[in-house]
Amino acid sequence: MLTAALRKEMLLQWRTRAQMMAVFVFGAAALLLFSFAVGPVAEALRLYSAGFLWLGLLLSSTLTLAESYHAEMENRALEGLLLLPANPRALYYGKAIANWIQLVILGMALVPVMVILYDAGTMRIPELFVVVALGAAGLSAPGTLYAAMTAQVRSKQTLLPLLLFPLIVPALLASVKATSLIILGDPMGQLKSWISLLIAFDAIYWSLCGLLFGRVVEE
Amino acid sequence: MTEVAMTPTQTRSNLGRAIAIALLCIAVYIGLVVTLADEYLHADLSLGLPLAVRTLIAVFGGLIGAIIFLAGDDLGGSLSNVKLLFGIAVCFLVLGTYFGLFVAPPERFMGEVQRIMYVHVPTAWNGLLALTFAFACAILFLFKGDWKWDALMEGSIEVGVVLGFLLCCQGAIWAKPTWGVWWDWDPRLTTTAVLIFAFLGILALRKFVDDPVKRGIWSSVATIIAYVDVPIVYFSVRWWNSLHQLQSNPNTVSEPFWIPLRANAFGILFLMTAFILLRARVSKLRLENELAPPPLLEAELGEAV
Repeated sequence: MLTAALRKEMLLQWRTRAQMMAVFVFGAAALLLFSFAVGPVAEALRLYSAGFLWLGLLLSSTLTLAESYHAEMENRALEGLLLLPANPRALYYGKAIANWIQLVILGMALVPVMVILYDAGTMRIPELFVVVALGAAGLSAPGTLYAAMTAQVRSKQTLLPLLLFPLIVPALLASVKATSLIILGDPMGQLKSWISLLIAFDAIYWSLCGLLFGRVVEE
Repeated sequence: MTEVAMTPTQTRSNLGRAIAIALLCIAVYIGLVVTLADEYLHADLSLGLPLAVRTLIAVFGGLIGAIIFLAGDDLGGSLSNVKLLFGIAVCFLVLGTYFGLFVAPPERFMGEVQRIMYVHVPTAWNGLLALTFAFACAILFLFKGDWKWDALMEGSIEVGVVLGFLLCCQGAIWAKPTWGVWWDWDPRLTTTAVLIFAFLGILALRKFVDDPVKRGIWSSVATIIAYVDVPIVYFSVRWWNSLHQLQSNPNTVSEPFWIPLRANAFGILFLMTAFILLRARVSKLRLENELAPPPLLEAELGEAV
């Protein structure tokens, strides 16, 4: 059931890949604009590069998350999906995993932009990938749940960030800190504790949001 | 004239109210009267209870009493509970303000500015209590589906957000002369700010959803998710940065400081309970208005007659 839901989501994303490209351009443009806020000071840009990367990804994520229910809202397709003998939880996890994969690809695509613009190179690519994956998971679990609500109301573009941004503060903080430690060096060995905070956040929200999703979409 | 028999629900709610009032009276006696008598009459009214037990009774008596009082209210047309609570709250706040401003000595290191703690700390306790109550209401609404919990949840989120906002303002007023800055990225301050935004988002969600059933369920879900976030935000910010002084407890605060602190704590507790009940009534009336069928036109009524 889950694989069928996931397959549907991935197929939809593949068919709307132009949108993914547009979101990437949006994220890259955001990274470019952040550097104007600091000025052409190479040292400062490098210092804040992790924060800029995650803010760029966070802003882009609101676009992809809000769009992720577009197909379900057209012709009341969500009701049709719920009429199938399928667990709404499988629908949720299918969508959340698809959003997560999309955000990981987007995050890893924004990394080279960050490296070039802010001179924030690192050779610890596997660790960076783990942090991006865990951080993106922290954005996608509550984001997918909230998008299910906000997609059905007016002014959805305002409401989703309003609900999501305060909630993901711990995930954002831990991701920025961990990425920054990877880029700037980690003399005190703190990376592990930030990664475990991310894992704890992900574990809590992936289970809690899955439990509550059924109530959100029921008629 | 026939006597109106009490329904089982009414009897139960009256019993609940009696228990709640008894608990609140015990909390006020143990928490405030004993200390007042000890400090000014040199009389020992503590019934031989050690300090730690007294503190526990005062805290949990007040907390559980207020929760039973809130949960037991039928949100009906009678405002007697609310008026009673407002009256008691004003008495406690007057007492607390008088003791806090004129009786309690200034603190040794921080001087007069420390007096803001007599409002700041009780605001923090009660703000957290209001949001905890909202969390409980959200769970009850999801599982029981009773509209009363939806109304109480809306009331307590709003009161909690207002208390949180007041908390940040008081904190800033205190921080400027003490730390030299209005704002600092300390865990409790940052958590309060995040909390305000999280619950403001939920209030905004309630405004945007027109269907009352969806509004109730979605805001309950969002309340549960936001409330679970509070400890995570607190600990993550604590790892990130820390400067705030450690929490005070009766062992680190000397006795003359207790009286205004506790009088205000009880005052704000009663005030908060009254506001939640009042706000929940507004919310319930609005809901009834939404769910009521559209009124018949007079012409149609005339035809029917």
